[in-house]
Amino acid sequence: MIERLRNSLGRKAVVSVPMIWLLLFFVVPFLIVLKLSFSEALLAMPPYAPLLTWTHERVLAIQLHLANYHFLFTDALYLDSFLYSLKVAAVSTLLCLLLGYPMALGITRAAPERRNLLLMLVILPFWTSFLLRVYAWIGLLKDDGLINTLLMSLHLISEPITMVNTSFAVYVAIVYSYLPFMILPLYSNLEKHDRSLLEAAADLGAPPWKVFLRVTWPLSIPGVVAGALLVFIPAVGEYVIPSLLGSANQIMIGRVLSDEFFENRDWPVASAVAILILIVLLGPIILFQRYRSRELEAAS
Amino acid sequence: MMAAYVEIDQVSKRFGDFVAVDNVSLQVDRGEIFCLLGASGCGKTTLLRLLAGFENPSSGRLLIDGQDLAAIPPYQRPVNMMFQSYALFPHMTVERNVAFGLEQERLGRDEIHRRVAEILEIVRMGAYLARKPHQLSGGQRQRVALARALIKRPKLLLLDEPLGALDRKLREHTQFELINIQQQLGVTFVVVTHDQEEAMTLATRIGVMNHGKIVQIGAPRQIYEFPATRFVADFIGSVNLFDGRLIEDEPDYVRVRCEQLPASVLVDHGISAPPDAPLWVAVRPEKINLSRQAPPDPDNWAKGVIREIAYLGDLSVFLVRLESGREVRATLANNTRKPEEQFSRDMPVYLSWDASSPVIGST
Repeated sequence: MIERLRNSLGRKAVVSVPMIWLLLFFVVPFLIVLKLSFSEALLAMPPYAPLLTWTHERVLAIQLHLANYHFLFTDALYLDSFLYSLKVAAVSTLLCLLLGYPMALGITRAAPERRNLLLMLVILPFWTSFLLRVYAWIGLLKDDGLINTLLMSLHLISEPITMVNTSFAVYVAIVYSYLPFMILPLYSNLEKHDRSLLEAAADLGAPPWKVFLRVTWPLSIPGVVAGALLVFIPAVGEYVIPSLLGSANQIMIGRVLSDEFFENRDWPVASAVAILILIVLLGPIILFQRYRSRELEAAS
Repeated sequence: MMAAYVEIDQVSKRFGDFVAVDNVSLQVDRGEIFCLLGASGCGKTTLLRLLAGFENPSSGRLLIDGQDLAAIPPYQRPVNMMFQSYALFPHMTVERNVAFGLEQERLGRDEIHRRVAEILEIVRMGAYLARKPHQLSGGQRQRVALARALIKRPKLLLLDEPLGALDRKLREHTQFELINIQQQLGVTFVVVTHDQEEAMTLATRIGVMNHGKIVQIGAPRQIYEFPATRFVADFIGSVNLFDGRLIEDEPDYVRVRCEQLPASVLVDHGISAPPDAPLWVAVRPEKINLSRQAPPDPDNWAKGVIREIAYLGDLSVFLVRLESGREVRATLANNTRKPEEQFSRDMPVYLSWDASSPVIGST
């Protein structure tokens, strides 16, 4: 009896550590942001009005300002940058998939002793600071950068191609930075495939491309979904890459959010933007969880 | 002479320095169930994969119905395979799994539907069309795998340890069913197995493999009763092997002297060997009689003490230690509930056998 009690206490203690972590560093900040998004901006310290006030009749009054959300839909800037972010994230995800799938498949088909080396190479860029790698892209892409200099010295072009501060540069850097997040879940999925399934399909008359289409691809969907979401979700809110490499005319939502906080000091509107991003990304996150639990179920 | 239906002609397969299949030649007739029997790593599965086209032979030719397979990729060969793991597609229902082969042939939807229903009826899985493989038992998966491999009506069906994953009861039942289906459809089977009982029941002929080579080909009875080499005698069933020397070589019998046996061994079927040649003599445990009285014949007997008795229900296994120290295995069928002659441990007994029982060969 006491033993069982101690066991259940022990179990609770183990579970409570991550729970407390999530509560302190996710739930509480989220509630603060949620609260902020319903308040009114003030030129004060802190720069917003309290939600809860005591009226003189000793009644606790709550004032929810929906104006911040309404404002987001009236100014085209927010909607445009939002849609632009979704587009950049979606296209980058697709490009990562097109590049990452053959790479992941290639690694699983490589000789076992070479697989770890290849995986290491995929992870290797993480050993350098993310910021440094993005700056490196400026060095490569700028007008007098490595690529333009090379192309001009080969007389392939007569004047430099403008690549920095364009959407092109943003795509390049996002695809480059997030590619490992696509490759790794794909690899871990593809690596588990039973080789005899491919042989069985070939044996039953399917040429190699059809084996891929009918067997490899459908079985890899959970990996594709996992990889796509691991790229898409952070890419939507990406701030550093578009700030350093993107054009000034097309702003991504992460940049808008930071500008609202730090330049405009409009914390409530910034919070509303943050909440909106979260709501939009909630869909794919739920999708991800569902696929993962389904995959776990199939594995058991 | 008519050419064989399946012809394996001096085929070798090397992986680096390792020779998996070593200059194998054999023929399989149409409608036959041919079993490749051997321990794991003897090259039997590689031979099967060569026929399926998953590996290419390092040398030699493979022909089916006169057609050379060399240039034909696996997906165009008139050969289908039932995998040891069954390799059912986990994301497809039973129906889609079985239909897969026909879909590659661009047949009409109705035709596919009809043939899938037909073959699933034959393997008695008609009621499970909509199930996914993970919702089936091992025996059911085996049937689906068989249906999937048979639906294209291949000229040759390859079966890799077809019953390996089934439990004993189900296996016995399925063996006979497999033979029924094979006879019903008239497909030629090549079966790979390490289980000699399975090979014995299924096969019309067995090819025993060892270290990449075929060591003997023959009907099950032939392999068991007349093993060609010491390896085959030892590998198939259990056997008591003795080393000896030829002391008499007459047209209708030979006499062999074995150091571990008190009496000489008289064998009524011949072997031609020079006098005093070293020989091996094999006696199957079930062909040895146990008695408490000394046998009348001067040959073919031994005396010992019962060391162990294992009662297996249908038969009992006796381990008898001879005076030379050699242990001999003998089995007796328990054909009555109370055997008239009771044996117990540590009892002195005489072993004897018929002159037609031993198999001999030169070492």
